[in-house]
Amino acid sequence: MSESTVARSDLADPATRQALMAGVDATPGSAKPDSILVVDNIVRQFGGMTAVDVSHLEVQRGIITALIGPNGAGKTTFFNLITGFDKPSSAKTGAHWSFDGATLDKTSASSVAKAGMVRTFQLTKALSRMTVMDNMMLGAQGQAGENLLKCVFKPLWSGQERAIEEKAKELLQRFKLLEKKDDYAGSLSGGQRKLLEMARALMSDPKMIMLDEPMAGVNPALTQSLLGHIQSLRDDGTTVLFVEHDMHVVRHISDWVAVMAEGRLVAEGPADTVMSDTAVIDAYLGAHHDTDLGDDALLSDQAMVEIQQEVAAEEAEREEEA
Amino acid sequence: MDTIQAILNSMLREAISPQTAAVAIAAIGLNVHFGFTGLLNIGQSGFMLLGAYGFAISIGHGLPLIVGVLLGFAAALVFALVLGAPTLKLRGDYLAIVTISAAEIIRYVGRSALLTDFTGAAQGLQGVSYRTPFTNLSFFGDGDSTLSPFNIYDIAGGAVWVRLVGWIALAACIAGIVLLVKAGRARPTVARRASRDAGGRLTPAAGTESRADLGADARQVTAVSAPVRRTGIGVLVALSVFLLFFLMPTSYQDTGVSGWWVRFVAWLLVAVCLLVVYLLVRSPWGRLLRGIREDEDAIRSLGKNVFAIKMQALIIGGLFGALGGMLYVLPASVQPDSMGRSLTFFCYTALLLGGAATIFGPVLGAVIFYAARIMIKGVANAYIPDSIMNGQQTEQFSFIVVGVALMLIVIFRPQGILGNKRELRFNV
Amino acid sequence: MWRAPPPGPLDCRAAPAGCVEEVPLKSRPTVREIGGEGGALRGVAGAVVLLLLAPLMLLATAPPAGAVGTLCLPSATTACIAGTVRSDAGVVPNVKLTVTDPSGTAQEVVTGDDGRWNVQVSKEGAYKVALQEDTLPDNVAVSGANEVTVQAKFNATAPALIPVRTSTYVSSTSKVDELIQSSASGLRLGLLLALASIGLSLIYGTTGLSNFAHAEQVTLGGILGYFVVNVHGLNLWLGGLLVIVLCGFTGWFQDRVMWQPLRRRGLGLTQLMIVTIGLSLAMQYTFQYTVGARTVRVVQDNPTVRTIGPITLTNQSFVAMGISIVVIAAVGFALLRTRIGRATRAVSDNPALAAASGIDVDRVIRLVWTVAMALAGLSGLLYALVTNGIKWDSGLQILLLLFAAVTLGGLGTAFGALVGSLIIGLVVELSPVLGMPGDFKYATALLILILLLLVRPQGLLGRPERVG
Repeated sequence: MSESTVARSDLADPATRQALMAGVDATPGSAKPDSILVVDNIVRQFGGMTAVDVSHLEVQRGIITALIGPNGAGKTTFFNLITGFDKPSSAKTGAHWSFDGATLDKTSASSVAKAGMVRTFQLTKALSRMTVMDNMMLGAQGQAGENLLKCVFKPLWSGQERAIEEKAKELLQRFKLLEKKDDYAGSLSGGQRKLLEMARALMSDPKMIMLDEPMAGVNPALTQSLLGHIQSLRDDGTTVLFVEHDMHVVRHISDWVAVMAEGRLVAEGPADTVMSDTAVIDAYLGAHHDTDLGDDALLSDQAMVEIQQEVAAEEAEREEEA
Repeated sequence: MDTIQAILNSMLREAISPQTAAVAIAAIGLNVHFGFTGLLNIGQSGFMLLGAYGFAISIGHGLPLIVGVLLGFAAALVFALVLGAPTLKLRGDYLAIVTISAAEIIRYVGRSALLTDFTGAAQGLQGVSYRTPFTNLSFFGDGDSTLSPFNIYDIAGGAVWVRLVGWIALAACIAGIVLLVKAGRARPTVARRASRDAGGRLTPAAGTESRADLGADARQVTAVSAPVRRTGIGVLVALSVFLLFFLMPTSYQDTGVSGWWVRFVAWLLVAVCLLVVYLLVRSPWGRLLRGIREDEDAIRSLGKNVFAIKMQALIIGGLFGALGGMLYVLPASVQPDSMGRSLTFFCYTALLLGGAATIFGPVLGAVIFYAARIMIKGVANAYIPDSIMNGQQTEQFSFIVVGVALMLIVIFRPQGILGNKRELRFNV
Repeated sequence: MWRAPPPGPLDCRAAPAGCVEEVPLKSRPTVREIGGEGGALRGVAGAVVLLLLAPLMLLATAPPAGAVGTLCLPSATTACIAGTVRSDAGVVPNVKLTVTDPSGTAQEVVTGDDGRWNVQVSKEGAYKVALQEDTLPDNVAVSGANEVTVQAKFNATAPALIPVRTSTYVSSTSKVDELIQSSASGLRLGLLLALASIGLSLIYGTTGLSNFAHAEQVTLGGILGYFVVNVHGLNLWLGGLLVIVLCGFTGWFQDRVMWQPLRRRGLGLTQLMIVTIGLSLAMQYTFQYTVGARTVRVVQDNPTVRTIGPITLTNQSFVAMGISIVVIAAVGFALLRTRIGRATRAVSDNPALAAASGIDVDRVIRLVWTVAMALAGLSGLLYALVTNGIKWDSGLQILLLLFAAVTLGGLGTAFGALVGSLIIGLVVELSPVLGMPGDFKYATALLILILLLLVRPQGLLGRPERVG
């Protein structure tokens, strides 16, 4: 268990969260009671194609917000744009960010991270040829030893270095990676690397953490563990925004959902409302999203007959057209 | 036997020459660029040439020695800024092309007849025009000295058995060094097939090395502790150096144009540079460099200003290059044509041979590089008749070998002699 | 007639590295036909030749320039003043010059058979050097001032240049004519560069490798041409074909024996790049080992010059340009219209996707290497013919121009390489006419490259991918 003294925020209580979000309009781009991130007019064009065109989005502080949508909806591009890894085409014409009250003028990736908004990557960027410990130590911000002029004199930074090392060990302990601390990050399994990236992102005590498909390629057991970690992040007061495809995960932990399609924000709301919007369902979640397609019981005899009839009808249609 | 002795003698002389030290320092700079930060700088000779010009021109115009050195550094600093500003935001290939072009431009400018008054055009600057303040600093006096004064000829007049004993002792020392270095290779443990016991603690699988302390820092898996090992290596190195000079006494002037004084200063500077690099690399700044080499985007996402750090690395490596350039021209003359692209390639060969991203790699690589080249030349000259390979051709042959050696090193042993294999599968 | 370059800043004393007679055994001067045919001498073209053939002394132990067999050696107490009297027609022996020291004392000196003269002086300061015009042969005259002032310094040799010209030298060329001539030379250089750089760009596009040994492949074409045509006496056209085939074979061989296995092994691009650097070094010195450090020619007789309007170039230049255009057009057609050409472009664009579409990527890459090296060899052969000589280190200068061209046009696109090469060729040839000092011709091209990278890193025709 973490020994950090971060107070559990009020929003750790699900009832409080629900009450908070109940009053929010379930429309795309709606205002939130206490936004930590506000973005305006983010447009990204590639050649003639518009990949992202979000006119307004606000992210509520202290809760878990999910960003969903079909493949090609522009979620990762949008992510890259608001974390400074890509430059919007509208950069000079009205694109606007505001994080925690301050305007992010130059959204270079590093200034975004310094402002307190840290992200992880879909394809984990664990620094494989460095040790786990080194990875963690790099996560800490404001290190005196990273200054070229000071780094030569060890006494100027050794104290801070020790403190950072302690913190890193705590976080590694929390994510159950402590035994691996001297191994090369490249020797970790995929899931462990995801944990490492998350732990590393936490080294700087970010106000908001943005996770790009955290469950991608992760086995079910580790998924549970990751969910637990994400929830505890929220409980400690960090805002979480994550992109995800897995609807179960989304439904399970998100307090708010934003839906993107074809570069635009098309819906927002709590998980159930958004998902019961028929148009959203049919277009993006699939008509049988409620059905567990892994359930063999569905293949009852009657269902088989129905399927055969459907197939025959389609073939007849095709022959007619031919 | 005598030919072999002669070849060995010339190898030793070449190994301690100030030129070797200069290339060692330039390779140290290149190590900061390429080994630690992953910057593909193929214009190190440009930094060296600028350092040499800055130094020589200032002193030639009467400025004091220290000002000359500082101006050489300043030139390299400006060069780094000019090169880095546009290219450090781009892909590695672009930096390679720009640095190689910029180094050529420096050479063209230096060679140009327009600046003859300053740079001496293609003839360059004679050593004597800038060497005096340096030689004036010498406290070695004006004689000749032999290293070592107590040498093989003092024991039984240099009989064969003395030589044999000496060489065997030397071989033993070197073997000892190699063993100690290998033993101390820090091997961060890879996830082994470990099992969990009932209490959930990890136990090593049968047959794997036992860890010194389960769950704690398992870095040292050796029987010999680090300080003992390091003193052992130090002692053996000192003994080997003594034996080398014992077996092959070398004479030079004490000061002179290219005597012991310049060698002393050169190798002292090499030691200083090694110390500086060690301090830099083991610090958090050094850790940042390695992180940037790994994955810039990840480092950016952690809030670090990657561009500024790359620029700092470029400047530091460039300053080392400038110092190397100054040392390179001290015993000789500033000749733009002899400090061109081939010199950069020699620096790379020295670096990769010794081991990129290690502290001692560049120095070891430079020494072995120069000594080996002399050996090839010497052997070819002595044993291959002139009809097959004449004197000039042996020189060229030695360069061909350098080129092929560079290829082979990079293909088969990219970590060089001292490098860490896992750390060095470099992919840009 | 191929003309010797006029005495420029690269007079031997000022730039002994440009005068090959300097260091014995290292190189021999090329036999350039000297004759006064009508037509304006294009100083620019001559300077190109001189620069391209300037031996770059890369031997670390190169002694400082000095011993030419002249009597004057500067030391701590003496200075030298020296020069060569040379006209567009050649060196002028037996010309008297008067050297006057600051205090007014004069001494006389006569040029030797090689047109050279030198004096040793024991005082530093400003010396006047005056050429006695009545000692010049009848058809030679001073082309500017007959007197020049130089600063003598201890430990150095001060060059004194007094340009002379034959009377048939027509210097009143209009700027436009000069521009047209330079453009033609630029076009020629650009086409030759294009032949080589298309291959370089395609190799980059399909494998991601920046091939630093490419320029040595170009030199290989010239050197093989020397062996096949000059030494063994084969007919130029047949020999040329043989050279191209041999060079193509080296490309095929390289990929088969080295690049493909290394790719399969998963060697990183940086490592491969360093392998090409090593290869370039080994090839350069192999050339020097076999041929020596001198400039060698493919065709022993001297080329005839043809004048079309304001443009004067050798016949070989015109033919070379014609061949280049035809070959480039053929390559372009192949890339656009044939299946294998489209496959090549697909691989260049996205190897993984191309492989997934069923294209045999390895086969395409093998073909690219073969064709690229064949083109490079052709380029080298034509280069050797056009500049009337090739040397072991000709590649050094070409390499940077090639990279500049490819980067300018856009790394990875063949058409970009063509456009970039033409631009670089024109820049190199036109910059002296437009005012850049002759020494800096190549520097200009490189400078343009660096500036372009600031503004448009993907080059002119490259795709604006994220290069950062």
